[in-house]
Amino acid sequence: MNLTFFYHFGRYLIFLKSMLTRPEKMNIFFQRLFEEMYKIGIGSLPIIAITSLFIGAVTTVQTAYQLVSGLIAKSVIGTIVSDSTMLELGPTISCLVLSGKVGAHIASEIGNMRISEQIDALEVMGINATGYLALPKIIAGMLMIPLLNIIAITLSIYGGYMAGELSGILTHDEFILGARSTFKGFTVFFSCVKAFTFAFIITSVSSYQGYFTKGGALEVGESSTKAVVYSSVLVLLFDYILAELML
Amino acid sequence: MIEVKKLNKSFADKHVLFDINSEFLSGKNNIIIGASGCGKSVLLKCLVGLLKPEQGEIFFDKRSILEINEVELREIRKEMGMLFQGTALFDSLNVEENIEFPLRFFSNMSPAERKDRVNFCLERVNMVGVNKKYPSEISGGMKKRVGIARAIALDIKYLFCDEPNSGLDPITSRLIDELINEITIEYQITNVIASHDMKTVFDIGDHILFLHKGAVGWEGSKADFRHAIKEVKELKEFIDASYFE
Repeated sequence: MNLTFFYHFGRYLIFLKSMLTRPEKMNIFFQRLFEEMYKIGIGSLPIIAITSLFIGAVTTVQTAYQLVSGLIAKSVIGTIVSDSTMLELGPTISCLVLSGKVGAHIASEIGNMRISEQIDALEVMGINATGYLALPKIIAGMLMIPLLNIIAITLSIYGGYMAGELSGILTHDEFILGARSTFKGFTVFFSCVKAFTFAFIITSVSSYQGYFTKGGALEVGESSTKAVVYSSVLVLLFDYILAELML
Repeated sequence: MIEVKKLNKSFADKHVLFDINSEFLSGKNNIIIGASGCGKSVLLKCLVGLLKPEQGEIFFDKRSILEINEVELREIRKEMGMLFQGTALFDSLNVEENIEFPLRFFSNMSPAERKDRVNFCLERVNMVGVNKKYPSEISGGMKKRVGIARAIALDIKYLFCDEPNSGLDPITSRLIDELINEITIEYQITNVIASHDMKTVFDIGDHILFLHKGAVGWEGSKADFRHAIKEVKELKEFIDASYFE
């Protein structure tokens, strides 16, 4: 097994621990937290809204194309759209999109601070740089990404419903009947657990990649790319692990 | 006063600093000179605690910074200010917020008191009226001044300057040197400057440490420095090359 993996994994754990060893002033922490919540939450809303609406719409149209026959009720389309959205499309696709949008932003922001000595300046001042820079981003991500997931699920189902109505594939009543027939609260809970886990992966892996950037502008770009690739792969890996553990 | 004893630092198999012994005096400009790659910045980073040496001791007024825990080191760091080569101002904060930054963390001042202190520091570095400008909107020389203002925002005892004149025109360089010198005398701080600008050495240097290939090539006062230039071969070569440039 490649020892580089263990080196990075160990350094990643130490990086996480270092955030918690020396808390900063709480008023400064909360100010940073709200700034990051705004950036991650409100800043990602448009891309999540557009992605979710179209995923829902496409799922309705493609399910109708594959399944509709005299033997299967049209309401099944509503069931498939809502269940697949809650279980997989909402949390996983949203978080893959967010690993690109939020992850790349975090890695490049922290990486740029590293190469321009801003992180050194924090450390010389005696400020816990990981606690000041990365911790608010991670907590903000873990608070806002599950909320974005709920919005993504809602808009995706709405997109599916609108596509069904506008194209005449199924009626309002058929879609709602299908969507409600197999609804389980646990599905929403499972979806939120996934979003919460993915949020931690995206924000912490991207912060780690940015924090240990060495070199110049080229390396900041490399860190951003690594942040997106590694967090996307880990999101897919933990998607499977959580499904095995909880379903 | 800062004392360095038998300091050794290496990166992987590359030994950068060899048995550095020196004393940096209070209220004086202590200048570390030497060719690029001789270990000036590494020594400076060891002094401020950004790098940990493999061997040796560093004392800040008899307090060892290598044998204390993070909390104790943090207390000493409140007494340090540093002017970085690239200024290291926070891009996302304006000039006022940059200077206010250490005050928000380490002082119990009210917002009004902090504002007064920021204005005082800006006035001290002749930068009145730029409070709301962002680092990207000001020149290199202005950034250096703001960097100095941020470094002196708290009542510091130790100032570290890494190549304070790099990237500046000769006139601005002199102004920055004068400003650093004034602040050193006014606040009686221990100032350590890493530089390869010989004009800085002759204009404001009090105590000079010449590093050659990671070791102390020569050390002494400015008065002795003029004699040493004629006697120490490596120093003479360095000075000749500096003037040739």
